[in-house]
Amino acid sequence: MADIAVHESEPAHDDHGHGHDDGHGAHVTSTGLSNNKLAMWLFLGSECLLFGGLISTYMLYRGRRGDDPGPAQLFDIPLTSVSSFVLLMSSLTMVLAVNAAKRNEHSNTSLWLIVTGLLGALFVGGQVYEFTVFYNEGVGFTTSLFASSFFTLTGFHGVHVAIGVIMLMATAAIAKRGRISGDKAEVVEMVGLYWHFVDVVWVVIFTLVYLIPA
Amino acid sequence: MSAATEHVEHAGHGHNTDEHDPHHTPSDRYFIKVALFLALLTAAETATYWVPLGAFATPSLLLMMVIKFWIIIRIFMHLKYDSKIFGTMFYIGLGLAVFVFCVFLFTFQFFEKFW
Amino acid sequence: MAIIERPSSVPAVVGDATSPALVTPTEALGVFKRPVSSTGWKSWVFTVDHKKLGIMYGVVALFFFLVGGAEALLIRLQLAAPDNTVLSADLYNQMFTMHATTMVFLFVMPMAAAFANYFLPLQIGARDVAFPRINALGFWLFLFGGIFLNTSWFLGGAADGGWFMYSPNSSPLYSPSHGIDFWLLGLQITGIASLIGAINLIVTIINMRAPGMSLMRMPVFTWMQLVTQFLLLFAMPVITVALFLLGFQRNFGAAFFDVEKGADPLLWQHLFWIFGHPEVYIIILPSFGIISEVLPTFARKPLFGYKFVVFSGAAIGFVGWGVWAHHMFASGLGPVSVAVFSAATMLIAIPTGVKICNWTLTLWGGKLWFTTAMNFAISVIVLFTIGGLSGVTHASAPADTQQTDTYHIVAHFHYVIVGGAVMGLFAGFYFWWPKMFGKLLSERLGKWNFWLMFFGVNLTFAPMHILGMQGQPRRMVVWPEKLTGEGFFNLGFWNQVATWGSFMIATGVLVFIINIVVTTKKGAKAPLDPWDARTLEWITASPPKEHNFDRVPTVHALDEFFHRKYEEVDSDSGTRLVKVKTAEEILAEEEANADTNIHLPSPSYWPIVLAFGFPIIAYGVIYNLLLSVVGLAIVLLGIFGWVLEPSVADDSDYDPPVDGSGPTKELASIG
Repeated sequence: MADIAVHESEPAHDDHGHGHDDGHGAHVTSTGLSNNKLAMWLFLGSECLLFGGLISTYMLYRGRRGDDPGPAQLFDIPLTSVSSFVLLMSSLTMVLAVNAAKRNEHSNTSLWLIVTGLLGALFVGGQVYEFTVFYNEGVGFTTSLFASSFFTLTGFHGVHVAIGVIMLMATAAIAKRGRISGDKAEVVEMVGLYWHFVDVVWVVIFTLVYLIPA
Repeated sequence: MSAATEHVEHAGHGHNTDEHDPHHTPSDRYFIKVALFLALLTAAETATYWVPLGAFATPSLLLMMVIKFWIIIRIFMHLKYDSKIFGTMFYIGLGLAVFVFCVFLFTFQFFEKFW
Repeated sequence: MAIIERPSSVPAVVGDATSPALVTPTEALGVFKRPVSSTGWKSWVFTVDHKKLGIMYGVVALFFFLVGGAEALLIRLQLAAPDNTVLSADLYNQMFTMHATTMVFLFVMPMAAAFANYFLPLQIGARDVAFPRINALGFWLFLFGGIFLNTSWFLGGAADGGWFMYSPNSSPLYSPSHGIDFWLLGLQITGIASLIGAINLIVTIINMRAPGMSLMRMPVFTWMQLVTQFLLLFAMPVITVALFLLGFQRNFGAAFFDVEKGADPLLWQHLFWIFGHPEVYIIILPSFGIISEVLPTFARKPLFGYKFVVFSGAAIGFVGWGVWAHHMFASGLGPVSVAVFSAATMLIAIPTGVKICNWTLTLWGGKLWFTTAMNFAISVIVLFTIGGLSGVTHASAPADTQQTDTYHIVAHFHYVIVGGAVMGLFAGFYFWWPKMFGKLLSERLGKWNFWLMFFGVNLTFAPMHILGMQGQPRRMVVWPEKLTGEGFFNLGFWNQVATWGSFMIATGVLVFIINIVVTTKKGAKAPLDPWDARTLEWITASPPKEHNFDRVPTVHALDEFFHRKYEEVDSDSGTRLVKVKTAEEILAEEEANADTNIHLPSPSYWPIVLAFGFPIIAYGVIYNLLLSVVGLAIVLLGIFGWVLEPSVADDSDYDPPVDGSGPTKELASIG
């Protein structure tokens, strides 16, 4: 997804004065920073507002469920903490992938990317299992305000993880065939930033939704 | 072209030119140690399910959450070593989100139970 | 003469010392080669050139301006007489909802985006934006989203809950047609465009400035757009949440705004206005930026207090996040919240006042040249101040409790939006038309355009202050004869005046359209620098060449272009400005020193393909989820095509020129 920004090479009178291509096909920028990375951080900044809205809606509505089951009856903390651990470890494998990419270790990069994706898929599987159990216990998407808010918040997060898994697998596949143009480490790094953000949102959700006593 | 050859030496770091400390990337071992610390924190968080902390539960859980959040952002996402500009972009969003939604919840008397 | 190269398709080895480390084209997995037409419809449909995209944004936005205007005229016709029957109640609800939605989301915001797209890169000395394909994607999403939204008229009725769509009114119980679903899905689609556009333009401004252009040497238009894009970046996700929640309720049975299940209608109001208040600054700041360029140019003086104008813009963006509940004073928030938001709202008048002072002081002592652009710009100062004054009265919660939901509010926001934002955009049209199209809009027609609009705005919206104070509520299909009142405050009289005024505005807009047509057909070629302007975008041809600048300019000062033309000369009577170079000379100098290797981003099929999937998903949500699956498949296909396409077009893909001398290296002229 590294879009090629417009740049120019040095003018004819060979002036190296103000920072030029660093040899990775990256471009001269006013700050010396990568366009792609800056874009990703801006995007993550905006995502804070998205999840902030969803979390606040949940916090507002978590007690509104009439006689239907609520957090105390439904949540399986041991299971969810295993899920949290899995996602946390996937962040570790993600930084290992980025490190490998920076060292130009192509097969290690792909390997760690795939492991990260598998751990992410495991997390999503855990979520799906959890939702199914809740549904079987009588709490579906439309059952109560608590239910709607809970499923919306965790569902949005789960979709983000799923998209991340697809990105990881796709990046691993494309990297393996040597098809990533430009700075390969940067692409892996960008996927990594997204992935860590998804993990960090879960850190917040796990505490605010599951652990803090209502 | 000298810029290109210069960069071959730095190939292992893969950073763009940057005044701040662009070439330091923690080693694999360091990341593993950090991950283990985060796992320990997660275990402590989970332990509150079985160990009742009463009035201390919420503050300590929030504290652990913030510590984990901070470590992932600063170390895993590399903000500690990167240009301040990246962090600023994110912190503005984070700050706005926390501020706006705390005010939002305040208008619903959400925090009244705490005082 | 600059040589524009399309780089070869041989991949450069990273760090190869023998070849310059350029863009590394890949051997593509992608099925398609990149499109290469430089003329004809294909060159527009697959373009990633910011200037073409800017024009497309502008054309579509102008079309929606006329749509929204027609909706307004129908409203005014309905309200011209008591107990009128031009529109049924149901149709009336749809009309004011769509009028506002169209004007805000499909006219003002995209028109500001049009100017931003066209001029931001030019003002900072760049050749395009940071992510050209994402730029194109944003336009197509806007177009398809806007069309999708308006198909609701023909598919069971448009949205009818007001542009702010309060719950529980927005639930299926009170609004059973699909109109609101079209509304929320359409806004989700255009919302993606706004968000990615914001990321694109922020990165562009931060990272792609010409050498020497520090942040404090950027033109004020660029600065105001920077603040606007940050507002968009952070506000769009909040309305996204609100729209998803409403969509889940209406289409999947979730309970978010179902009062019977314990929902709180204020949830929607908060989420909407947390977006909605930054939104109004998103609406006005670009126009503030435009007049900050126009006023100094035609006052023949630099902008007074550049730093203050810049910082107050940032302050408005910042404080704007703390005032949203002033739209909710009468909703039962409680005295503490109301007091806090009331105080914060009064605070925000300060940075705006700073701007008004600075613009006025720019004019003071200047040698004023009253072109149409200048007239529009000065009118912004006057009309926005009037609107701002009524706004200050609304900031006081007790006063607002009487004024809310009356025409007093309608008067306020129309003065600031039409008198402020729209007049500012028109200043931009007249100011920048010669640069974009190489022709000057007729000043004679322009004067008619301006005065008709200026008087029209005042005739339409000034009476609404009276109507509001006399108690005429908003969003009511009729006002009854028996409440008409007597004497000076007779509702009937002022409603008629307002209706006549609205047709006067419409006539002014018609004159503008005529001006465009006449200029396009018969207009004389404009000089390079008709206004003796100040900023970097004027160091280009008219219209600019595809690569914008023959040589990327090095910037030495604020108002760089002006300083290249004029020098300060000391004499006995003090310093004078002496013109040392004309624009033509400066441009010729740039041409003579043109950069030799200029690489431009290649066009691409994928933005329009990817964008096309989204309305399909949206129709599927309303009618049949299988359709959404198809739409999603198109989106996925689009993403993979995008990621995998070659980064540049192959040399051999270009049409050979007529004389068969090899692949074309020349560029087509634009438009």
